[in-house]
Amino acid sequence: MTKQQANWSPYDNNGGSCVAIAGADYCVIAADTRMSTGYSILTREYSKICKLADKSVMASSGFQADVKALQKHLAARHLIYQHQHNKQMSCPAMAQLLSNTLYYKRFFPYYAFNVLGGLDSEGKGCVYTYDAVGSYERVGYSAQGSGSTLIMPFLDNQLKSPSPLLLPAQDAVTPLSELEAVDLVKTVFASATERDIYTGDKLEIVILNADGIRHEYMELRKD
Amino acid sequence: MATTMVKEVGSEPAQLLGPESASERTLYPYVTGTSVVALKYKDGILMAADMGASYGSTLRYKSVERMKSIGKHSLLGASGEISDFQEILHYLDELILYDNMWDDGNSLGPKEVHSYLTRVMYNRRNKFNPLWNSLVLGGVKNGQKYLGMVSMIGVNFEDNHVATGFGNHLARPILRDEWHENLSFEDGVKLLEKCMRVLLYRDRSAVNKLQIAKITEEGVTISQPYALKTFWGFSAFQNPTVGAEGSW
Repeated sequence: MTKQQANWSPYDNNGGSCVAIAGADYCVIAADTRMSTGYSILTREYSKICKLADKSVMASSGFQADVKALQKHLAARHLIYQHQHNKQMSCPAMAQLLSNTLYYKRFFPYYAFNVLGGLDSEGKGCVYTYDAVGSYERVGYSAQGSGSTLIMPFLDNQLKSPSPLLLPAQDAVTPLSELEAVDLVKTVFASATERDIYTGDKLEIVILNADGIRHEYMELRKD
Repeated sequence: MATTMVKEVGSEPAQLLGPESASERTLYPYVTGTSVVALKYKDGILMAADMGASYGSTLRYKSVERMKSIGKHSLLGASGEISDFQEILHYLDELILYDNMWDDGNSLGPKEVHSYLTRVMYNRRNKFNPLWNSLVLGGVKNGQKYLGMVSMIGVNFEDNHVATGFGNHLARPILRDEWHENLSFEDGVKLLEKCMRVLLYRDRSAVNKLQIAKITEEGVTISQPYALKTFWGFSAFQNPTVGAEGSW
């Protein structure tokens, strides 16, 4: 008798795009609010952004149940850290924790595509970009999710990040002002919405800077 | 050798056998319920589900209550495998019992029950043995209305209106067009009936015997089963054999 094949998948792609851009003294993290399954929209108002610590904000797209579980896991670990060290986790520390958490499930991965944005200990913007099993690197900007292939080349063109191989090392953060960066993010999402069916409805933007945290929203096409 | 032993004894559970034992994980659903549709209205949540349970293409059971009240503040509707729904009700019974035993004047609201169900569904999916249901959880607590959904693999969200299965394809577009804040009870019921009528016409596993449930701050009311009026008097259905001879 042939072995039974499963006729259900433990994974689903609930779509959406995430972007983060690091500036000299700010960081912009953005994601759309559409949640889909197959060719259906489940809801138009679902936030993919999660504030993990005072200076670390994560945006994740992919399989929503895994994303939720990952966010819960990291939030719990951060709470323990605060109890043990009486301080907030720094963004680089959270970046490492996220990588380790993802790799822990290397053989049954969290189907989550993450960008972590925040401010490092010097107050400079930092963005870390991940794959589903925890490979990560610090970059000046990144896009993940269903619209990433449409967004990333445009960001490469506009932000012209210097090669990380150069010596002496050059700053990856963009010289753009905070307002210019936010404007760029809005442009980028409006474009991705045109061609990616899983991106749209509304754009949620979180801006982290020395003054604290700020939210902005923008309507996107709903088709 | 191990397999012959099974045949002789007859009712050995599979775990007692060696490595050749069959897996007892869920592979596919057997007795299933179809769509559940729900929306928020002025005083709370309205939810509708028909009373059919199919065994593949057979309509096996015609009086299945697929919506149940949970505790004081929540209403659960389920589509998918009925036996898994019954098991979920059993877990929730225990959850509510322990909540009541605290006797502290506090009680689990719909948000908490939804969170619990999400964890249960996700954990079963992690063990590759899912509860084959799509659940709709609605309720009101302290004036706050709540309506959410969980799928069999743990995908969950809340919204002003939700639907499972075919309802997602046929009812949601109607709701997106016609739902608005502060619907009256009558308008809410009319809107739900419109959705259920479309499902009745187009979902082959739907039956014309449904219940509508309402949950408000005061509590849960599940209506008596009733049928929707349908219209079949289209001219195309009159004299169906006219023009048949000579045509394909």
